[in-house]
Amino acid sequence: MALSRDEIMDKVREALVDALGVDEDEVLPTARIGGDLGAESIDYLDIVFRLEKAFNIKIPRGDLFPDNILSEEFVRDGKLTDKGLQELKTRMPYANLEAFEKNPNVQDIADLFTVDMIVKYIEAKLGGAGA
Amino acid sequence: MRWIWIDKFIEFESGRRAVSIKNVTLAEDHLHDHVPGYPIHPPTLMIEGMAQTGGVLVGEAFNFAEKVVLAKVTRATFYRHVLPGDQIRLEATVLGDIRPEGASIEGRITLGGDLVAEIEMMFAHLDQSRGPVDVGEGNFVFNEDYIRMLRMRQLNGLKAPDPTSDA
Repeated sequence: MALSRDEIMDKVREALVDALGVDEDEVLPTARIGGDLGAESIDYLDIVFRLEKAFNIKIPRGDLFPDNILSEEFVRDGKLTDKGLQELKTRMPYANLEAFEKNPNVQDIADLFTVDMIVKYIEAKLGGAGA
Repeated sequence: MRWIWIDKFIEFESGRRAVSIKNVTLAEDHLHDHVPGYPIHPPTLMIEGMAQTGGVLVGEAFNFAEKVVLAKVTRATFYRHVLPGDQIRLEATVLGDIRPEGASIEGRITLGGDLVAEIEMMFAHLDQSRGPVDVGEGNFVFNEDYIRMLRMRQLNGLKAPDPTSDA
């Protein structure tokens, strides 16, 4: 199914509005799911369910929102080690890691979950970028 | 077991849909305070009744092995009052599939032909979500007594507890 990026964004926005009870105009590409849109842990599951339904895809557990990235070998003093950063890049290829890399605090990882990251993930899942 | 806000299941399609009923009676003490002079069945208890209907539906799908807990009330809209003497019908339908992590339910409460409420809610399976809290062994959500009572309330296809192992 060839959806344009705008069409994907529209459906992602609808899923987030339904799951989080936010207004449409709050769902900007740069909005963080947790920090800006107020998602809590159960909401991440709700979002995955709705995205699967909207795009008719399967999203394996931990694929869109990786959990358990925090094993000992990747973390030191609350920050990700180089190895940890590598692991994060592999697990989250659609996240924008530029700012995070400069100061890779483990507790800031949640800020990487943005609307834009979700759109990119879906695009890739559907097989090819839209217009 | 107390705090049961549905009286009986009248329809049950394993893993898909369940319908229960609740009779509202003036013998329920809280009605005299909710609201003084105008007793109405509290919407919060209708949400609880829907959670119980949906929770049993989701729980039965995995044979009551999981600890099914209400995790989120996504949406709850109420359209009319429910009064003593009314019998409401609570219908829970699974949205999509029931998964290892949990499930989403769409609920409809009706009175005769009238729509009383539309409720959407999510359940989580406690162990599966790998939360930080250790809830220990044993299913505190579905224990033997509760399952026995469910069977008496016409939960189709539910296996009887083994009489030789009755405590």
